[in-house]
Amino acid sequence: MTRIGKRFAQLKKEKRKALITFVTAGDPDLALTERLIPSMAAAGADIMELGMPFSDPMADGPTIQLSSERALAGGTTLAAILAMVKRVRETCDVPILLMGYFNPVFAFGQERFCKEAAAAGVDGVLLVDLPPEEAVEFGRLARGAGVDLISLLTPTSDQSRIARVKRVAAGFVYYVSVAGVTGARATVAADIGAMVETIRSRVSLPVAVGFGISTPEQAATVARVADGVVVGSALVKLFEEHRGEELVERVCAAVKGLRGGVDGAA
Amino acid sequence: MTYPDKHGHFGQFGGRYVSETLMPALLELEEAYRKYKNDREFKAEFDYYLRQYVGRPNPLYYAEKLTKRLGGAKIYLKREDLNHTGAHKVNNTIGQGLLAKRMGKRRVIAETGAGQHGVATATIAALMGMECEVFMGAEDIQRQSLNVFRMKLLGAKVTAVTSGTATLKDAMNEALRNWVTTIRDTFYVIGTVAGPHPYPMMVRDFQAVIGREARAQHMKAEGRLPDVLVAAVGGGSNALGLFYPFLKDASVRMVGVEASGYGIPSGKHAAPLCAGSVGVLHGNKTYLLQDEDGQIAHAHSISAGLDYPGVGPEHSWLKDTGRAEYVSITDDEALEGFKALTREEGIIPALESSHAIAHVLKLAPTLPKEQSIVVCLSGRGDKDMHTVAQAMGVSL
Repeated sequence: MTRIGKRFAQLKKEKRKALITFVTAGDPDLALTERLIPSMAAAGADIMELGMPFSDPMADGPTIQLSSERALAGGTTLAAILAMVKRVRETCDVPILLMGYFNPVFAFGQERFCKEAAAAGVDGVLLVDLPPEEAVEFGRLARGAGVDLISLLTPTSDQSRIARVKRVAAGFVYYVSVAGVTGARATVAADIGAMVETIRSRVSLPVAVGFGISTPEQAATVARVADGVVVGSALVKLFEEHRGEELVERVCAAVKGLRGGVDGAA
Repeated sequence: MTYPDKHGHFGQFGGRYVSETLMPALLELEEAYRKYKNDREFKAEFDYYLRQYVGRPNPLYYAEKLTKRLGGAKIYLKREDLNHTGAHKVNNTIGQGLLAKRMGKRRVIAETGAGQHGVATATIAALMGMECEVFMGAEDIQRQSLNVFRMKLLGAKVTAVTSGTATLKDAMNEALRNWVTTIRDTFYVIGTVAGPHPYPMMVRDFQAVIGREARAQHMKAEGRLPDVLVAAVGGGSNALGLFYPFLKDASVRMVGVEASGYGIPSGKHAAPLCAGSVGVLHGNKTYLLQDEDGQIAHAHSISAGLDYPGVGPEHSWLKDTGRAEYVSITDDEALEGFKALTREEGIIPALESSHAIAHVLKLAPTLPKEQSIVVCLSGRGDKDMHTVAQAMGVSL
């Protein structure tokens, strides 16, 4: 079991829900990401989701598109992200999940990526544009290396999709709460609870919900029905206005607020 | 064996590299397409619109004057430029539009580069009574203002895409983002033989009318098959439409012409088959322009329709299996092709098609007079007047 599975198991024992936070690795540079990870963990993030920037982020809204552009402009590469994770691992045990698109991983080499990610201390990988049908080889390599391949389900997923995802999913299932791209939204979709129940009953893994969750109140709403809450764009938005130590403080304050929302809901 | 396989793979290429949200829609589309492609009524309706609305069959024209000037193989032009809306794109949008109607979708979206596919989609949306939104790179909107105006006249909403390089690839990103959000009532009309399965197969099948007609017309004119087929390749739909019905005819050479912009050594080109590497973009695995980290590189071509860093996966397959060969033509050479056809035959070709003509200028003189070349004249050049004038230093 990776750190991800262990964290979910521990939280379950404590009757708490997971707060999963997304930032883009290398926005604006990797030195900042390296400082952020332990600080965000201390502020209450259970699992760190790090975006691997891609030039053509088709599933992302404007906030994460701009964040990816900033990270790439800063020279962020996959090799440098893995080296950064390795340094963080010397002092920090927070579960780390890399999220991104398939092409940079394919260019890096699927086998090399899985091996080096595992060696660096990465616990899970989520590739947005690699559905189960195309994930056969990558899934085998990830399993072999001891890295969880996190799968997505969405409001458009029917029974056959859930069954297909069940065959490859590891760690937890990431339920995308809206048919759309990433980004903050005014309200949380109403039918989340029923879908989470359906998924949980068919796939024996924790279910975390993401896309469109930005405030502590929304996090609380989702935490009532799901095993975990993913927040991305609301944090990434802070990178547009702040820099350096101030940015770290702002992000951690936001994480604390979200933690309060998640815990208050239990 | 016929390609693609059941998951949409052409060898290692193709596939469905999309987010899970899109998977049910792609599976639904594939099921609908497989159901209707052999449906008598659907086929009859498709044929009806191609004949009565598009004006097919268009001629296979013997370019006698150009042939004599070059002194080699006979040159035949497949006149897709004579289609309604001025390019081959409409063959595909008629097919997808009829499918969208049968699937009960009330809205269509499309990406466009040169604007030809956008116009063809806006046209069928008007014809079939569907709402239409076209995503177009802000830079292309500048280059192709005439087509933007045409789309608006046809009732479409044209949305400028400013992200990334503000060209065709970014328009496709934005169309995919919109589709994911509107998936329940919207049909995404992809304009080329790229994107996730089943699009490369479906668009190829709709465009194969080009090759089927050319084959029969050439048989009638010459009593035999042509020796060489030549077509421009951006995403590659006109080329595949021409090539596909000849794939099993081993004697027929197939040449796809990519755009090498300022020249391949300059790095400013749009020739992934000639100078790219294998990767995954826009839902399929194919040859791409990318850096060593797998970030997609900027494409460049004088022709907005070829200005794309990827190519349809079946072309990647045809390249690797050696069934087709791929060459490239620079911006300057394409302009020479443009001028040659205009002056020799009185036919003003689109800049995309001018790349194919430019290659014929090189190829025809090397072949014996008994041989013949069929070149796909994929579109007419009216839309390119501003670009060509600018390249010639003329202000309109």
